[in-house]
Amino acid sequence: MVAISKIATGNGHGEDSPYFDGWKAYETNPFHPIDRPDGVIQMGLAENQLCFNFIKKWVMEHPEASLCSAEGVNKFKETALFQDYHGMPEFREAVAKFMGKVRGGRVKFDPDRIVMSGGATGAHEMVAFCLADPGEAFLVPTPYYPGFDRDLSWRTGVELVPVVCESSNNFKITRAALEAAYEKAKEANLRVKGLLITNPSNPLGTILDQDTLKGIVKFINEKNIHLIGDEIYAATVFMEPEFVSISEIIEEVECNRDLTHIVYSLSKDMGFPGFRVGIVYSYNDAVVSCARKMSSFGLVSSQTQHLIAKMLSDDDFVDRFIVESKEQLLKRHKYFTLSLSQVGIGSLKSNAGLFIWMDLRKLLKEKTFDAEMDLWRVIINEVKLNVSPGSSFHCDEPGWFRVCFANMDDNTMEVALLRITTFMHKHNEAMVPRKLCRRASLKLSLSRRRDDFMSPNMMSPHSPIPQSPLVRART
Amino acid sequence: MAIEIEKPSSVRLSKVAISKTHGEDSPYFAGWKAYDENPYDEIHNQSGVIQMGLAENQVSFDLLEKYLEEHHEVSSSGKGAPGFRENALFQDYHGLKSFRQAMANFMEQIRGGKAKFDPDRIVLTAGATAANELLTFILADPGDALLVPTPYYPGFDRDLRWRTGVKIVPIHCNSSNNFQITPEALEAAYQSAESMDLKVRGILITNPSNPLGSTIQSSVLNDILDFAVHKNIHLVSDEIYSGSTFSPSEFVSIAEILRNRNYKDAERVHIVYSLSKDLGLPGFRVGTIYSYNDDVVTTARRMSSFTLISSQTQHLLACMLSNHEFTQNYIKTNRERLNKRYDMIIQGLKKAGIECLKGNAGLFCWMNLSPLLNEPTRQGELELWNIILNQVKLNISPGSSCHCSEPGWFRVCFANMSEQTLRVALQRIHKFMEQRKVCSVNQ
Repeated sequence: MVAISKIATGNGHGEDSPYFDGWKAYETNPFHPIDRPDGVIQMGLAENQLCFNFIKKWVMEHPEASLCSAEGVNKFKETALFQDYHGMPEFREAVAKFMGKVRGGRVKFDPDRIVMSGGATGAHEMVAFCLADPGEAFLVPTPYYPGFDRDLSWRTGVELVPVVCESSNNFKITRAALEAAYEKAKEANLRVKGLLITNPSNPLGTILDQDTLKGIVKFINEKNIHLIGDEIYAATVFMEPEFVSISEIIEEVECNRDLTHIVYSLSKDMGFPGFRVGIVYSYNDAVVSCARKMSSFGLVSSQTQHLIAKMLSDDDFVDRFIVESKEQLLKRHKYFTLSLSQVGIGSLKSNAGLFIWMDLRKLLKEKTFDAEMDLWRVIINEVKLNVSPGSSFHCDEPGWFRVCFANMDDNTMEVALLRITTFMHKHNEAMVPRKLCRRASLKLSLSRRRDDFMSPNMMSPHSPIPQSPLVRART
Repeated sequence: MAIEIEKPSSVRLSKVAISKTHGEDSPYFAGWKAYDENPYDEIHNQSGVIQMGLAENQVSFDLLEKYLEEHHEVSSSGKGAPGFRENALFQDYHGLKSFRQAMANFMEQIRGGKAKFDPDRIVLTAGATAANELLTFILADPGDALLVPTPYYPGFDRDLRWRTGVKIVPIHCNSSNNFQITPEALEAAYQSAESMDLKVRGILITNPSNPLGSTIQSSVLNDILDFAVHKNIHLVSDEIYSGSTFSPSEFVSIAEILRNRNYKDAERVHIVYSLSKDLGLPGFRVGTIYSYNDDVVTTARRMSSFTLISSQTQHLLACMLSNHEFTQNYIKTNRERLNKRYDMIIQGLKKAGIECLKGNAGLFCWMNLSPLLNEPTRQGELELWNIILNQVKLNISPGSSCHCSEPGWFRVCFANMSEQTLRVALQRIHKFMEQRKVCSVNQ
C-alpha cells in the first residue's frame, strides 16, 4: 500500500461533525412537496433563495451578460483567455461598488485591494496561509461556523482557540472573554496571530454593536495581532440596528490598518454559492500582494467575473436588489419567529443572517451535550427537520440550534412550521402536572429568559419533563 | 479622520507569505513584464514585444464560437432563464454529474478510446494549478520530496512547493537522448533525495511534455511506472496537453499503460487534466484530478472545496462537451491546426539556421540556441535571452527558468497569436540571425 500524507489521513476535513450528519439524513430522504411529502426538510443549509425571481428577471433582460448568447458571444474569446490573477478590472470595480452600497455608502472600497478566491472557503484558508505559520493560532468567538475548523486549520496547520461567549449576555464578545482566550493560548504555548470575527454572526444572526467593535479593534492593536472580519452576511441585515463594518470602524478609531482584513463572498448576500465568488480585501499592501499570488489556486472563473461585473455595475438593479432582499428576509424572519413563539419556542433576538439561533434548552432532559444530541436526533428522525446542533458550532452551552429559514419557498416553510407545531403540542400534552415548588422555580426561569422570547405567550406555563417519552432519544 | 498611530514593528506575516517560493522573480515572468509594458499589436504597435512566452491555444476559437452561436440553449439567460437558480445554488463538491460525464468522455475521445474514465473518479478543481497543489498536499508531507524530470514548467516551483512545504528533486534529462527520462536518471534523482535526507513520495511527469513539446514513449512510461512500484511511491501524470498532440496515435496516456497491466499498481497513479490548453479556456479555471486510488479521490474531493469550478462554467462546458459531434470535430481540427503552426515555425526557424528538438505536441517548440551563447553557462543563456527580449523584441522562455541542466535552450510558443504575427516573429528572428552572421564574419 502506498501511503498518503498526514493531512490526507487525518480528520481535519471536519466531516465527522454532526453538522454534516444531518445533511446525510436529508440526502437519503429529502423533502419534496409531491414526491416525498414525508421527507426531511433541509434547515441546516444557510442559503438565500428569496430573491431569485428578482435576479432572474435581470438575467433575462441582459443577455449580453452571458457569453453564450448572441449578444454576448463576441466577448467569449477574450474572456476565456483572461486568466490574470489581478482579476478583471470591471469585476473588481463592480464588487467594490457593491460592497460600498451594502454598507449604505458610508465607506468606499478600493478595487485594487480586491483579491479573488475560491469562495469564502478559499478566502479564509488563503488569509490563514498569509498571516500565520503552522502551529500558530487564531482566536475565534464561539459559537462559530463549523467550516472554520477545516478552512483555517486543515492544510495550514493553524490552531483555533475559542473566545467563549455566553448566553447570559446574548453571546456578546467581551473584553474579558478575549483576554481569557488570549491567556489560554499563551498557556498552551500557542502564538496568537489573529482574531477572526464573523459580523453579522453565523450562527447567531446578530450584528456587533459599535462599542464591541471598537473594543475589538483596541484589543487587536494592543496585542498587535491581525483582525479578520468575515462580512459574508453584510447584506442580510434586514432590520435595525444598522450594520457597522470593520471598514467603518477603522475610520473612527486609532488603529494599525496593516492589521485589518475583510473576507467577503456573494454566496449569501446574492445567493450564488455555486459561482464561487470569494473576496479577500486587505488594508495591508503586503497581504494584498501575497494573497493575489495565492489566488492562482482559486481564481474566479472569468465567465462568472463577466456576469457579475455586468450585474453589479447596474446601479439601479443593485439598489433595488438590496432593498428587496432585506424586505424578503424581514418578512420571512418575522413570520418564522412569530410562529415559533406561538408554540413556546424562542430564539436569540436577531436582525440579520439566513437563520435563527433557536433556544431549546428547556426541552433538554439534562443540561448536557449528550442530551442536545438526543434531542437533535428526535428532531431529525421524528420531526424530520435537519437543523444544526449548537455543539457543532462549539457553543459552550447545550440546547441551542441553528435553523435556516431562507432556503425554501413559503409552502415548505408552512410544512416545517406545522411539523414543529405538532411536535410541540404533543410535547406539551405529555406534561406531568406540576408540583408547587416546581411552579415557583418555573416563574424564576421564565423571567430570566424574557429577553430571549419575542412572543406574548412566553408566560404560558410549560416545563421540560425529563421523563417525557418525546424527548427521550431513540437509539 | 483616522489617526495613523506610529506603527510598531509590524506584525510579521507567515513564512509562506514572506518566502520567494511563489517563483515570480524568475526570468519566466520578467519577460512578461517587458511584454506588458510594450505589447505587439498588428496595427497599433508593430514594433512591440511579441509574446511567445505564454502557452495559450488561440488557433481554434472559431470552433467554440460557432458552437455557441448554434446552441443558445446553453445560455442560462435565454427563455425564462431555466435552471439559473439551481445552477447558482449548486455548490456540491462532487461537481455536476453531467459535467463529469462530459469530461470523462472528452478524455476518452482524446485517447482514441484506448482508455476508459469513470466520472466518479473525476475531482474538479479551479485549474490544473490547483489540481497539482492539491495532489501534493495529499501525497506528501511538508519536507518530503517529489521527483520531477527537467526541464519542467516553471509554475511547478510554486504549485508543488509554495504552500505545501514539499520539495522538488530534479530528474536530470539532457539532449544526448532528446531529454528522455531514463531509469538511471530516475535512480540518480532518488539517491540524490536520500542523500539530502528527503523522503521521496512520488514522481510528477508532464506528458506531453512542457516545455519539450514531445510525448513520452510507451517504453519510458512503463519504466517510470515500474520505478514507482519498486520504490512504492506515487506517480502523477499531468496530461494537460494530451489533446494537443498533432497525431492522435503518438500520445500514450498512463491510463493506457495501466489498462495494459489490468490496472495492477493503479492505486499509486493519478492524472491531472485541464481545459486551459486543449480548449484554450484558461480563464474558466477548469482542472481535474483523476485518481485510481479511492482514498485520494475522497480526500481530493473534500479539499476541492477550496477551489471549486464555478457552476456556471460547469453547466456551459457540460453542454458543449456532451455534444459528441462537436468534440470529435474540435479535437481533430485542433490537432491539424496546431500541426500546421508547428510546421510553420520549425521551417521558419530552420531557414534562419536554428534547430529545435523534434516535437509532436503542445503549443510551443524547444529551440536550441546553444551555438549562439558567449559562454555555455546559465549566465550566457540569460545574456542571450536579454538580447532577444530587448532587441529582437520577442518574449521567449529561457531553459534555465525551466531548470534545464543544459544552457542555450528556449521554449517558444506559437499558438497564442495569428499566423501573421507568427510570420512577423519569424522575420525578426531571421533578421537577427543574419545580423549575427555578419557580425561574426566581420570579427
